[in-house]
Amino acid sequence: MIRLTHQAFDPGTELSAFCQGRLEVGAVASFTGLARAEQGRTETLELEAYPGFTEAAIAAIAQEAEARFGLEAYLILHRVGAIAPGEPIVFVATASAHRREAFQACDYLMDYLKSRAPFWKKEMGPDGSRWIEPRAADLTDLARWETTP
Amino acid sequence: MARVLMFGRLADLAGWREQQIEAATVLALKAHLSCLDAQLAEALVAPGVQVALDQVLLRGDAALTPTSEVAFLPPMSGG
Repeated sequence: MIRLTHQAFDPGTELSAFCQGRLEVGAVASFTGLARAEQGRTETLELEAYPGFTEAAIAAIAQEAEARFGLEAYLILHRVGAIAPGEPIVFVATASAHRREAFQACDYLMDYLKSRAPFWKKEMGPDGSRWIEPRAADLTDLARWETTP
Repeated sequence: MARVLMFGRLADLAGWREQQIEAATVLALKAHLSCLDAQLAEALVAPGVQVALDQVLLRGDAALTPTSEVAFLPPMSGG
C-alpha cells in the first residue's frame, strides 16, 4: 500500500497495524526517516509532490521490489507539506517469508525513494531556504541495485 | 494551449506553479518559457530536469492539445 499524507503519523502504530494478522509472513522489516534540524538551520522541511504522478512512480518502484524480493506485502507512507524537525517524513515496511528479502526490499525501496520518487524538498530556516537534491552518496546507493542481482 | 506545471526550484524561479500557455509543441513551450527569464531558461536545461506530458515522462518533443498537461520536474529527492 502507498499513502501520501499531510498529517503527522506514528511509525509504531503503523508498524503494529502492518504486522496484524500475518500468519505466514515470518519477517517484517521497517525503516523510519525523520526530518533533521541540521543544528538549527532547518526550522521546517517543505515537501512537494505531483499528485497522481508521484503515486504512480512510487507504485512502479514498489512493484519492482515486490517482484525482485518476493514480497508478501509492503507499506510506503510519505509525508507532504510542512514537516517539523524530529517528525517522521517517510515510513517503509516490508513483509516476506524470511528476513533477508524483507531487509533488502526495505533498503531498496528507500534508495529508490531517495532519488527516484517525485518529491521536491525545501529546507527553510533562519538563513532562508534551499532546495535539497540527491547527494552523491544517494546515487551510489542506488547504483548498487543495478549491478547486484 | 496547455496546462503548465512547475515544481521545486523551477516554480520558485518562474514565480508561479501553474499557468495556461499557448504553444503547439513541448519544445515550442520550452522556447517560450526560456524567453521569459534567463535564469529560468538556464534552469530548464540543467542536468536532471525532466519533462512529463500528461503525467508520463517525455523524451524529445510532442504536440500539445488544449487538454495537455506539461510538468517541468527538477531532480527528485524523497525520504
